[in-house]
Amino acid sequence: MAETISMPKLGFDMAEGLLVRWVKQVGENISKGDVLAEIETDKATVEVESSASGVVLQHIVEQGTMVPVNAPIAIVGVAGEVVSEQKTESGNQKAEVKVDEKPAAPTQPVVAPVQPASSHLESGSVKASPLAKKIAKDNQVDLSRVQGTGPNGRVVRKDVEAALTTADQRPQPAVSRPLSAVVVSHEDEFVQLTKLRQAIARRMTESKITVPHFYVTHEYKMDAVMAMRKQANEYLPDNEKLSVNDFIIKAVALALREFPNLNATFAGDKVVRHGAVNVGVAVAVENGLLTIAHKDTDQKPLRQISGEVKAMVARARGGKVKPDDIEGSTFSISNLGMYDVENFIAIVNPPEAAILAVGSAREVPVVENGEIKVGWRMKATISVDHRVSDGAEAAQFMQKLAGFLENPVRMLV
Amino acid sequence: MAKITMREAISQALSEEMDRDPAVFIMGEEVGVWGGTYAVTKGFYDKYGPNRIKDTPIAENAIIGGAIGAAMVGQRPVAELMTINFAFSAMDYVVNQASKLHYMFGGQFTLPLVIRAVGGGGRQLGATHSQTPDAIFAHFPGLKVVSPGTPEDAKGLLKSAIRSNDPILFIEHATMYQVRGDVPDGEYLISIGKSKVQREGKDLTIVTYCKGLELSMKAAEELSKEGIEAEIVDLRTLRPLDMEPVLESFKKTNRAIVVEEGWKSYGVGSEIVSRIYEEAFDFVDAPIIRIAQKEVPLPYNRTLEQAALPQVPDIIAAAKEVLK
Repeated sequence: MAETISMPKLGFDMAEGLLVRWVKQVGENISKGDVLAEIETDKATVEVESSASGVVLQHIVEQGTMVPVNAPIAIVGVAGEVVSEQKTESGNQKAEVKVDEKPAAPTQPVVAPVQPASSHLESGSVKASPLAKKIAKDNQVDLSRVQGTGPNGRVVRKDVEAALTTADQRPQPAVSRPLSAVVVSHEDEFVQLTKLRQAIARRMTESKITVPHFYVTHEYKMDAVMAMRKQANEYLPDNEKLSVNDFIIKAVALALREFPNLNATFAGDKVVRHGAVNVGVAVAVENGLLTIAHKDTDQKPLRQISGEVKAMVARARGGKVKPDDIEGSTFSISNLGMYDVENFIAIVNPPEAAILAVGSAREVPVVENGEIKVGWRMKATISVDHRVSDGAEAAQFMQKLAGFLENPVRMLV
Repeated sequence: MAKITMREAISQALSEEMDRDPAVFIMGEEVGVWGGTYAVTKGFYDKYGPNRIKDTPIAENAIIGGAIGAAMVGQRPVAELMTINFAFSAMDYVVNQASKLHYMFGGQFTLPLVIRAVGGGGRQLGATHSQTPDAIFAHFPGLKVVSPGTPEDAKGLLKSAIRSNDPILFIEHATMYQVRGDVPDGEYLISIGKSKVQREGKDLTIVTYCKGLELSMKAAEELSKEGIEAEIVDLRTLRPLDMEPVLESFKKTNRAIVVEEGWKSYGVGSEIVSRIYEEAFDFVDAPIIRIAQKEVPLPYNRTLEQAALPQVPDIIAAAKEVLK
């Protein structure tokens, strides 16, 4: 029995996805769980897995089509099976397909209409002339990053050629020259927003406008974490070494378990205190950032957290995140420690109630028992949705966090 | 090179071929004593006599039917239709006989027949005498359709048509007999079924023929003043259609407009645009625009007639639109 594969809903606010590429072509064998296609959402390019095994019988939409959530995209069935009619309506996730068992002339199934996007500014699919598409394909130019100057924003030949010229100039060898010889362009550059950049712009603006932020900064003694990390890493292979951030993630998760009000979402007339503690970690990617969502962080040992986070970060940087990688975080950490940052303030990542901005752990002169000595210190600032929580609670959370970071052995027992 | 009118060019072609081959003769309404409705055969009656310049009754089916019979038995008739609109009276002969005899009789007969017909609007002759039904005739396999836009092409193509063993409809435009152009001295022929680049340019391709060529050349001059260089491809023959120069030009400019005098629906422009999309899709940088006659029976009133026919400003506007 043939089965219809539909556009998955990969986030609570996802309404449609751009089918970027068919990974499995018509006629290819596919197993349940195999990657069928790649789709692009507001946040990232993700892989769609087949929910059925068999042979790809049909691609219902073409590459480059913007598809509403739950609309059918492909049919998987038994080789030779003939799809005679399909009464799928968008909205049915797994509508059964009527199948004619006898071989007959294949006919095109009637499918729910999927409108190709009319304008790439609105929907993400790119409007381009056939020539522009050909040149882009031949030169591996991503048309979604090219600004169209034709009617209705259509990308035409000269736009792609302009993009190519710019690209040609980019990888200039780093040659040191006398200062006077450096040619400086005074022309303003117009950079089209990527989908990710658009999403960041929209969500951060929404957060700053609708979420009343307050901030609490705390300085942590990191000597114990630094020592424990050094000791632990002596027993770990190179690719499994723990980072300072791994300790912070674990500490935050444990502290959140005791402060459920900060592991929460503001929802109009109530606050949702999430049962799971899923710590989000902001990851810098090309042209923006993604927050990966580590699941059940408080329930897992450090080494497991470290490994899972590493894998998700690698996928995020490679543009290959899975839907599960970026959905479901209940609290986020943004760590700029590697850039020698003393302290900074982050914007709450909706629908979460708080985010922790972490600076560098650095050796500084400290006063202990009336004596000046050298110690490891790290500043962190929590930004909190004031509709959900108040300063005192946030300060207590930061203290609780200190309890774990300053006595890291507590994280192990 | 001599600068002569379209009328003189056609007249020269006819008389040169009549001098060369005694099998060539002319028949039609008022072609003899009167010298032709558009004075193309002026003096022919005196020179060649009534056996080779035959005035006929006002009966187009008799003209085309008689010419077909003569061609089947080895003569080379040039039958003249006062206007192409009268070809409808002889439609069975044109479509069912002339276009198909060679095939229906297994190649036993060839049909060295030329039908000269005057087409086009703009002379206030009313809806039934001003049509441009070229596309209708170009629809039928078996009939070649030629329609020149310059005196040079008219002469060279008509001479080739008379020498051809296939039935050929040769369409002249009613308003172009006074158009002057350079014509090579002495004997020359131009092959039927070859399109030609009449003006070179890099920015857009204008595909056209016959009257459309005259309008397009004027539009191109205006566009040139604004820095837009149009390349003009003249089809010259509608069947067999030579797309090579069109595609070559389009692959260079990636943008095109098609100019014809007939109606847009199911027209020559539709055919050209389809073929470009079929054969050069990856070179399309903008939707191709068709310029054609407004979809009305052509009005008699001069202002309305001119408003319904394609004009130079229409071509200029379309060129700018397609370059957006």
